[in-house]
Amino acid sequence: MRLGTSEVSTQQPLFETGDWTVSDLHRIQEAVAEIGENELGLATYRNRIEVITSEQMLDAYASLGLPHMYRHWSFGKRFAHQEGLYRKGLTNLALEMIVNSDPAVCYLMEDNNATAQTTVLAHAAMGHNHFFRNNQTFQEWTEAEAILDYAEFVRAYVAQCERAYGLDAVERTLDAAHALQEQGIDHVIARRRYTVDEERQRLAQRRVAEREGEHELWRVTTHFGEAEAEPDPEREAEARAMTLPEENLLYFLEKKAPLLAGWQRELLRIVRNLSTYFEPQRQTKMMNEGCACWCHYTIMHRLRDKGLLTEGAMLEFLHLHSSVVAQPPFDHRGFSGINPYALGFAMCRDIERLCTEPTDEDWAWFPEIAGNQEPVATLKRAWADFRDESFIRQFLSPRLIREFHLFRLDDDPSEDAFVVGAIHDERGYRRVRQALAANHDPSEIRPRIEVVDADMRGTRELTLRHTVRRGRTLDALEARRTLRQLAFLWGYPVTINEVDEDSGEVIARHSEAAPRS
Amino acid sequence: MDSIIDRRQQPRGKNLGNRQRFLRRARSHIRRSIRENLRERGVSDADQGGAVAIPEDEVHEPQFGQDPDAGARERVLPGNRDFVEGDRIQRPEGGQGGGSQGSDSGEGEDSFTFELSREEFLDVFFEDLELPDLVKSRVSGESAAEPRRAGFTTTGPPVRMSLERTMRHSMARRVALGRPTQAAVEAMERELEDLRSGRIQPADGRAAETRIAELEAMLTRAQERRRTVPFIDPIDLRYSHVESVPKPVSQAVMFCLMDVSGSMDEAMKDLAKRFFILLHLFLKREYERVELVFIRHTQYAQEVDEEAFFHSRQTGGTIVSSAFDEMLRVIDERYPVDDWNIYLAQASDGDNWPQDLDRCPRVLSEQVLPLCQYGAYVEVARGAAAGAGLLGGGNSDLWRSYDAVTQQHEHFARRRIADPGDIFPVFQDLFRRKGVTT
Repeated sequence: MRLGTSEVSTQQPLFETGDWTVSDLHRIQEAVAEIGENELGLATYRNRIEVITSEQMLDAYASLGLPHMYRHWSFGKRFAHQEGLYRKGLTNLALEMIVNSDPAVCYLMEDNNATAQTTVLAHAAMGHNHFFRNNQTFQEWTEAEAILDYAEFVRAYVAQCERAYGLDAVERTLDAAHALQEQGIDHVIARRRYTVDEERQRLAQRRVAEREGEHELWRVTTHFGEAEAEPDPEREAEARAMTLPEENLLYFLEKKAPLLAGWQRELLRIVRNLSTYFEPQRQTKMMNEGCACWCHYTIMHRLRDKGLLTEGAMLEFLHLHSSVVAQPPFDHRGFSGINPYALGFAMCRDIERLCTEPTDEDWAWFPEIAGNQEPVATLKRAWADFRDESFIRQFLSPRLIREFHLFRLDDDPSEDAFVVGAIHDERGYRRVRQALAANHDPSEIRPRIEVVDADMRGTRELTLRHTVRRGRTLDALEARRTLRQLAFLWGYPVTINEVDEDSGEVIARHSEAAPRS
Repeated sequence: MDSIIDRRQQPRGKNLGNRQRFLRRARSHIRRSIRENLRERGVSDADQGGAVAIPEDEVHEPQFGQDPDAGARERVLPGNRDFVEGDRIQRPEGGQGGGSQGSDSGEGEDSFTFELSREEFLDVFFEDLELPDLVKSRVSGESAAEPRRAGFTTTGPPVRMSLERTMRHSMARRVALGRPTQAAVEAMERELEDLRSGRIQPADGRAAETRIAELEAMLTRAQERRRTVPFIDPIDLRYSHVESVPKPVSQAVMFCLMDVSGSMDEAMKDLAKRFFILLHLFLKREYERVELVFIRHTQYAQEVDEEAFFHSRQTGGTIVSSAFDEMLRVIDERYPVDDWNIYLAQASDGDNWPQDLDRCPRVLSEQVLPLCQYGAYVEVARGAAAGAGLLGGGNSDLWRSYDAVTQQHEHFARRRIADPGDIFPVFQDLFRRKGVTT
């Protein structure tokens, strides 16, 4: 390892021992941001860095990272579960957690030593933050400047509902909404989102309407054709979007379920909005971690080069880093799928290499970026424009496939054994890459469920369709349990048909009668 | 500009609301779990909190998801060593090896385990016993503390300053650092004055001027020293230190007497156990140290450990007074009345050998109760678990024989119980005497 390259390292190290104070954190953050912003040109939201205890970190886990969250037993369950694991020493808590918001709220655990805090600041306050601010998926789906206010608004609103309608009624509705939260996302057209102020106004209007005995529902569904006093373009647009089939179940129920009260519709809307807010994190998990790991790795090395880190701290960092980006092989006891940190980091480092020291193979595979000598700019473009699935499709190189020894294992029920479909060789690269990308594609791994029919004139039965690809039917028990929740919201019988994509045949059907009471 | 906020000092328990909602949802299961748990716990560690397991179903959050065992899929795995394309690998038994959580076996296959704190545990426990709120806080609350002197410290409020200690340190420091006393300085000043006025001459025959110069130099040094070494320095300050120590309460011994003849079934014993636990909780609150003595009896009595007390079965007749004899023997042997507060808790189904019906209340009234602070007798109704009413059965022999005792002794209470909610009233007097109005 080399020490002090271009510049003379006359600076004092940022810290000598593992201890730190809040003013040390200020200096560390300044040094980290200096490299991140000026040398790497990262563009982040402002950071709000909060030092917290392990118990507060468990709190943050339970409320999905948001500083405010409405109250629900499932968060208490999550907390109890995590606490149990933590107490028994089965898991370590995350060193940090960062919220996609403006300013970005970045939690640091007090137990971290100075090296870990430096790493974490480079990782989250620079890496994740840059990713949040620049990645297109986040741009399209979330509004970072609104989420903190929105979360607070939501907490207050749910508490108000609990007071007005009782804990049980609110819990029942939220339970049902949570069961459908993965079906609460618009995959095609992003609907207009509201700011908190607009949201409050809308609520006020709803209250007025309810007091006057109007039912928004009937206005929307049956009087829609009639001219309203003031045609609301937004409502019209929403109505158009309501035409079946509808893949956003929560949206559909919010607008069309016959028996729900106004506040219940609002709760569905809240769960839907929050689910949408978290969606980009699901779709970019690997890239996001890759970006953050690349940033901390690069920034820590630059700090060392500038003489701001002692050799001891550097060794400590490398130890921490290598445990984060470790990828155990498939037959290892510790294997639990592909480690997004490992793959993401390796891909970012690999892109860096492609840009600066390409091999003949790289020239053939990546003609547009190989040898362009602009590694950071190339990475930033990739971080901005892709999500996990397309990132893999675009950038996973044969060299990395070899390094990870990736292979494709085909599980076809018509065969009596698993078949190795492709390995890391000339014939297999593209197929491995294709399959890995598909494994990260939400439309591949999540069931595709739509509302196809609501018999509003007759039994009011709601019919859903699950489009089954390659025989991947629903987990029957879970489906029945989820349908029970759905039937509660709809108020009438609900059926889901599992239809084979190719033949159009109904493979399976699950039904739930109208809820009692 | 980035900001850094230290949140560590912020109030804890942000998740309390979620926790309560979670416990509320799982309430019925937690109660059942605690009920089972009580059987395994000892009387004295009944209030420890602990792990509770509830069926996963109750707190399951369903979602639509693909069945991991159905349909065709390709997985990409790392770490290939020697597979080549086209290799066939035997499927592992029972579905895929990798992380399938799907279950098709129906309900109740998994349980969710979590820790219940002492407070949460008592809350559920008391709910069953239908304890009035005031009593709850009294029994479960932390013991009251009393301030007690505990040496001296270097910091503290001015009112606690210990003058004596402070001055002692001050003097020691002044002596050690050679601070001239006021008297010494005054003596020099007087001598200087006298020399100057010519009233005296130096005794060693030197010239007065020499001595004056010498004295002046000494005086300046002395005054300098007095300035630099203060009379009282902050390091001299000592404060009386006061510590909160648990209320100085004495010790108590609680005698648990139970009829273990065949007529007491498990459900009746469980009910009796709750009665013992509640009295023990109360005593623990009042006394620094509470010992438990378990005496079981059939036609003869025996001191046993808790395990045998609650779980072993014996056959035989029933002579209640034998238990009192055993209790008196134990008191005589180990618990001198002057040092111990003695409490009696007796549980029985009301049977007694007819020949003993006369002697038993006499021993209780004349020998046992005079030694006791308080005695309580519960009669567990037969078929308690089956929910038989209290009013149905007639009075038992033992119950009737205690009629006179109850009238003679104010500190003896009795009660017939059929479910946990009936237990508390037997103690009502006890709690009232201790200043709690219920």
